[in-house]
Amino acid sequence: MLRYLLNKIALLIPTLVGITICAFAFVRLLPGDPILAMAGEHGVTPARYEELKEQFGYNLPVWEQYARYVGEVATGDFGVSISSKRPVLQEFKTLFPATLELSFFAMIFAMAIGIPAGIFAAVKRGSWFDQSLMGTALVGYSMPIFWWGLLLIIFFSGYLGWTPVSGRMGLQFFLKPITGFMTIDSILYGKWDALRSALSHLILPAIVLGTIPLAVIARQTRSAMLEVLGEDYVRTARAKGLSAARVIGAHALRNALIPVVTTIGLQVGTLLAGAILTETIFAWPGIGKWMVDSIFKRDYVVVQSGLLLIALIVMAVNLIVDVLYAVINPRIRAA
Amino acid sequence: MKKTMTFAAALLAASVLGGMANAKTLVYCSEASPANFDPGTTTGGNDFDASSRTVYSRLVEFKHGGTEIEPGLADKWEISDDGLVYTFHLHPGVKFQTTDYFKPTRDLNADDVVFSFDRQFNKQNPWNGEKYLPNLTWDYYTGMDMPKYVAKWEKVDDLTVKLTLTEPNAPMLANLGMDFASIVSKEYADQLEKEGKMADFSTKPIGTGPFQFVDYQLDSVIRYAANPDYFKGKEKIDDLVFAITPDATARIQKVLAGECDVAPYPNPADIATIKANKDVTLMDQAGLNIGYMSYNTTIPPLDKPEVRHALNQAIDREALIKSLFQDAGATPAQNLIPPTMWSWNKDVKFDSYDPEAAKKVLADAGLKEIQLWASDRVRPYNPNFQRAAELIQADWAKVGVKAEIVNYEWTKYREEGKKKERPGAFQIGWTGDNGDPDNFFATLFACSAIGVSNYSSWCDKDFEDLIQKAKKTSDQGERTKLYEQAQEIFAKQAPAFLLAHSQVYAVVRNNVSGFKMDPLGIHRFDGVDKAE
Repeated sequence: MLRYLLNKIALLIPTLVGITICAFAFVRLLPGDPILAMAGEHGVTPARYEELKEQFGYNLPVWEQYARYVGEVATGDFGVSISSKRPVLQEFKTLFPATLELSFFAMIFAMAIGIPAGIFAAVKRGSWFDQSLMGTALVGYSMPIFWWGLLLIIFFSGYLGWTPVSGRMGLQFFLKPITGFMTIDSILYGKWDALRSALSHLILPAIVLGTIPLAVIARQTRSAMLEVLGEDYVRTARAKGLSAARVIGAHALRNALIPVVTTIGLQVGTLLAGAILTETIFAWPGIGKWMVDSIFKRDYVVVQSGLLLIALIVMAVNLIVDVLYAVINPRIRAA
Repeated sequence: MKKTMTFAAALLAASVLGGMANAKTLVYCSEASPANFDPGTTTGGNDFDASSRTVYSRLVEFKHGGTEIEPGLADKWEISDDGLVYTFHLHPGVKFQTTDYFKPTRDLNADDVVFSFDRQFNKQNPWNGEKYLPNLTWDYYTGMDMPKYVAKWEKVDDLTVKLTLTEPNAPMLANLGMDFASIVSKEYADQLEKEGKMADFSTKPIGTGPFQFVDYQLDSVIRYAANPDYFKGKEKIDDLVFAITPDATARIQKVLAGECDVAPYPNPADIATIKANKDVTLMDQAGLNIGYMSYNTTIPPLDKPEVRHALNQAIDREALIKSLFQDAGATPAQNLIPPTMWSWNKDVKFDSYDPEAAKKVLADAGLKEIQLWASDRVRPYNPNFQRAAELIQADWAKVGVKAEIVNYEWTKYREEGKKKERPGAFQIGWTGDNGDPDNFFATLFACSAIGVSNYSSWCDKDFEDLIQKAKKTSDQGERTKLYEQAQEIFAKQAPAFLLAHSQVYAVVRNNVSGFKMDPLGIHRFDGVDKAE
């Protein structure tokens, strides 16, 4: 098991190096540079431009800039934002709980609906329910998040007035963050109306962000279930005269869930990518919105370090999923 | 133990501030997060809304809703006859804000004023560089040419400050009303320096403005409370909240749902919906801006004014404006400066649409092909460069000129566009900083701006003489005459195609009173009230 784990971790190192190169190169491949982005319509004189380039270290050869960057990151220094002048790591730590909280609720939404729907579709294979569910899943998977989010806002918040338009909590609540998770913080403060407000603010963005994972989970559950339902031991269980609920719940589902768990783990990347658009629409103060703002400002430092931090998280989650999988299924370890 | 203490402190803060819910609260849905709260170090309109216009005041102020200068922290001032020495007399008894992180022991005095400017250029000042914040560039201070014009700031006595210039510069007074010229507290700076917490200066601001800072949740909510000691009298609203909402559609939905009271910059497509709603008012004002298209006046045949006029005449400007601005509307530009600005010359007319006349001149000049530049960014003075380019291309095709559209990403676009050898016609625009005509004429068309922001590479001696003379003259009547003449030359020489001055919009709920649109594009909440 230890060897398996070490192997997995060793594989992460080249990935990490690749990510630093990509993050560093991508932001520099974007046309325009941060100094001109800062200057706006005012423009800068050529002399001042050179002066600023030197101040920011952009006059150095690219490989030297990269070497500096990697050297700093290796010592845990993720740099200071060009525009806000705050340390990138500090901003990341402040904003990440918001993204995590949103992703968590999006995942709960996706699983709570996706898994039962998938099971039901598999059991009623070929029925109108199965057909329409798989059709809807395809639509959900292909839905442009931006459009979907605005549509929900205009209908539920604007027309019906059921949900708040955007933000994380009603503005009348002013809670100094303890954990940074608004739902947990409002419980810690014992403010139940604040909790209600935080939850109501989560509804629409969680639905929007959870739509794609929901579609994926539903389809994965359905196919895994179908496979298991065809197995001999299920037939045996049926032959024993067990009730349909018991066959599905106790025998089929547990085995079908293994690939589903993996799928759920792999959706973390999808969630973080989706967070970029969802957060921008719903004014959700997380890392997705932060990255978008920084790209527009050509804030090289935030973009490259932010990408790296996000990649680290995705890699860590994948590693955990791999390990869990090995724990659940000992055959993997040997392979 | 420490954790328990933090928790208890947070609980206390929450219960104290929880009481604020009953107070009169105004919510503004702002369009972006501020970079920080030190207006000397930032450049964006949203940065200034959140810092200089709420927390700080300046020696002189722009009149609410206008560009005229009125007294601020300085009750009065004198300018020497040679235009070189400005003496400011400070309002006595002005208090800096008292918060949980700073308790002032003295009133505002000349030291604060001198410090506010000194830190922006004096490399010896510990607040000028790395010690305070990394990579400080003081963009507005240098952008407004302050290092060139300011010789020194001096304290005469506690309530008198003297500014000496290197040469006369009439727009200086307007510069001092700008956001970067906000007056900060030297006492607070000294305290933070002693405590080794200098960076706090940009995150926990202290000023003398109408509102004081309470809290900022990164990228989410900024909270302010009315400054009880505000020298112009406490504001009517008790709490001011900025709810940061970047998406324009979500912002408007929030106002319509009553989640916020004021929101800026609606999408043109939403304007009809807003107008139809009975609970909100759409406020608009001609912006202090200009959209235009610069011809490179150094490359034949565009070096001939008649060719440039002909190109202007070939464009159906009315149709172009209608297509670009749609329901939002815009005022066709007669001059480079908008009609709301003093010295605007009402007698100058822009080229009228006359493709027949244009065709002949262009054929005689042998102009068959031209580059037409467009970028991807939405700007207040031009919501769609690409569409504008396509319409102009079609108009020019009708007079026998084939336009090739050149596209670049926004920052690269300006980098390439400002080069002296850039050919053809380049779409660009400008939003004024301080309401002074010099900020348009000299910034955009002075000879010294070639290669920086003079995209026409146009250097006309008569025009240049007039604007330089106007810059050195302090009498506004005299300056008006000079600028009026400059506009005549501009119209005759036509270094650019003038498009329009766009409208600036904000959506305000009907129970809000006293909110005014500002030509400078800033959003101010002093003097604003809200009925329950």
